[in-house]
Amino acid sequence: MRTRLAFAVAVIPVLVLIAGLPFVNRPDPVVLGLPFLLLWIVGWVAVTPLFLGAAYLLAGGGDEPSPEGDRR
Amino acid sequence: MTVSLLVILAFIVFSAVVGVVGRGRGEMNLERWSVGGRRFGVLLVWLLMAGEIYTTFTFLGASGWAYSRGAPSFYILVYGTLGYTISFFLLPPIWRLAKRRGLHTQPDFFLARYDSPALAGVVALVGVVSIVPYLQLQLAGLGMIVEIASGGAFGSTSAILVAFALTCVFVYTSGLKGVAWVAVVKDVTMILAVVVIGFGLPAMYFGGIGRMMDALARAHPAHLVFPGSTTTMGVGWVVSTILLTGLGFYCWPHMFASAFAAKDARTIRRNAVIMPLYQLPILLILFVGFTALLAIPGLKNPDTALLALVTRSYPAWFAGFVGGAGAVTAMVPASMLLLVAATLAAKNIYRPLVRRDVGNAELMRASRVAMVVIALAALVLALWSPKELVNLLIFGYDGVAQFFPGIALGVFAPRVRARQIMAGLVTGEVVVVSLIWTGHDPYLGMNAGFVGLAVNALVTAAAVALMPAGPEPAGIRERFS
Repeated sequence: MRTRLAFAVAVIPVLVLIAGLPFVNRPDPVVLGLPFLLLWIVGWVAVTPLFLGAAYLLAGGGDEPSPEGDRR
Repeated sequence: MTVSLLVILAFIVFSAVVGVVGRGRGEMNLERWSVGGRRFGVLLVWLLMAGEIYTTFTFLGASGWAYSRGAPSFYILVYGTLGYTISFFLLPPIWRLAKRRGLHTQPDFFLARYDSPALAGVVALVGVVSIVPYLQLQLAGLGMIVEIASGGAFGSTSAILVAFALTCVFVYTSGLKGVAWVAVVKDVTMILAVVVIGFGLPAMYFGGIGRMMDALARAHPAHLVFPGSTTTMGVGWVVSTILLTGLGFYCWPHMFASAFAAKDARTIRRNAVIMPLYQLPILLILFVGFTALLAIPGLKNPDTALLALVTRSYPAWFAGFVGGAGAVTAMVPASMLLLVAATLAAKNIYRPLVRRDVGNAELMRASRVAMVVIALAALVLALWSPKELVNLLIFGYDGVAQFFPGIALGVFAPRVRARQIMAGLVTGEVVVVSLIWTGHDPYLGMNAGFVGLAVNALVTAAAVALMPAGPEPAGIRERFS
């Protein structure tokens, strides 16, 4: 179902960002002047619109029935 | 000194005029006042929602946290992203229900979904009680911004009185449309100010952002990773705070209601796609906080770091520009909060209490009266009990985030009933208030609001499992389609 796939795509960046925090809590390597922890956060925030944009293409604008509704 | 004061005053007055003129033609009614007639396109909805992420907290709290605590401030970059991702799926069905039933407020949603005046009443009360400190926070921040940016020429109290009186005028006359137009002024000037100082200040003192970060790594290596210079804000606190504030993002009555203003569900989704980019300028504000830590260490109140550095680094007119942008940054969320709290108090507290048929015209009048009362309450709080900025915001967040199970299950689990949501909601609120009152925030290394939300979710799940399910309420799915 396209809505399910859209959901899976949309949650990737924020999920990876947050789940990764315990493992990236270090200053090195420094990239583009940013310590690694900050780079991790900023990078995922910056690409989130790409994932949400893909979800938009998959799921449409939401003027269709809700994910629960269209299972009827 | 007078130059900066003039610039700031010009900003405040100009914004208020834009707000009054932004009203547009035609007679004002509750539908236009509270949800802008449900006609906002992508641009206006974006401005409204952006108006609420860039608050005085962003200006002062984010730089203040970067200055005093370091890495824990990074959470401010993340929680909106979680909030927008959730909104992509959650808000379109809510918008459809709102459109179909003519909803104006968040408790309206709970009433329309759960058919329970008691649940709607609890949501209304928690909403107003959470909004007032948030409003107070904006006012206190506004006073601080104007006082420092004007070099003390305009005291905090008079600044709050003038700016807030003007804010009340345009909310009273124009409602949501006025708020959206003032948000235009705010967004343009604030982003301009942030870009100029975010690149300018590190360049001025260190020759660039990269070199400034190098200097920071040498002088304050602990600032680059969690828990920064604190002992309590480790990874557990950061993750739990992101989850709490991200899930709670659209639980704020004003954020929730701003979705009602959209002209269709597509508008809401398009906003969700682009909004995360709009968080990136917060990074520049963090850089300013770091630069301030290196250039002017030892400030008594870290929330003043950004403004203190700006006033000593730039000519007076530009300090006035930043101060003016900061003042408008407080006025926009303040106006939105005021508008929403007033509509909510009139429609969901006053109307059920008088127990008679209250027409829309009377509701409109009641909303305006409520607006004045709430404004005065926030004013009294702001003038007599200023506190450190971020803690107040977190307190409000803890309260409204408890709505999340009721909203999400309301949309996606048609069988869930009011009493199950009520059980979780009340338990969550009790846990949050007890933890904060007894000084247990963070609790076990986690944000107290998150602990409350976890207990809330568990109790709701237990109630759903234990209480007899009963038949699905008739037509519940159609309400969202």
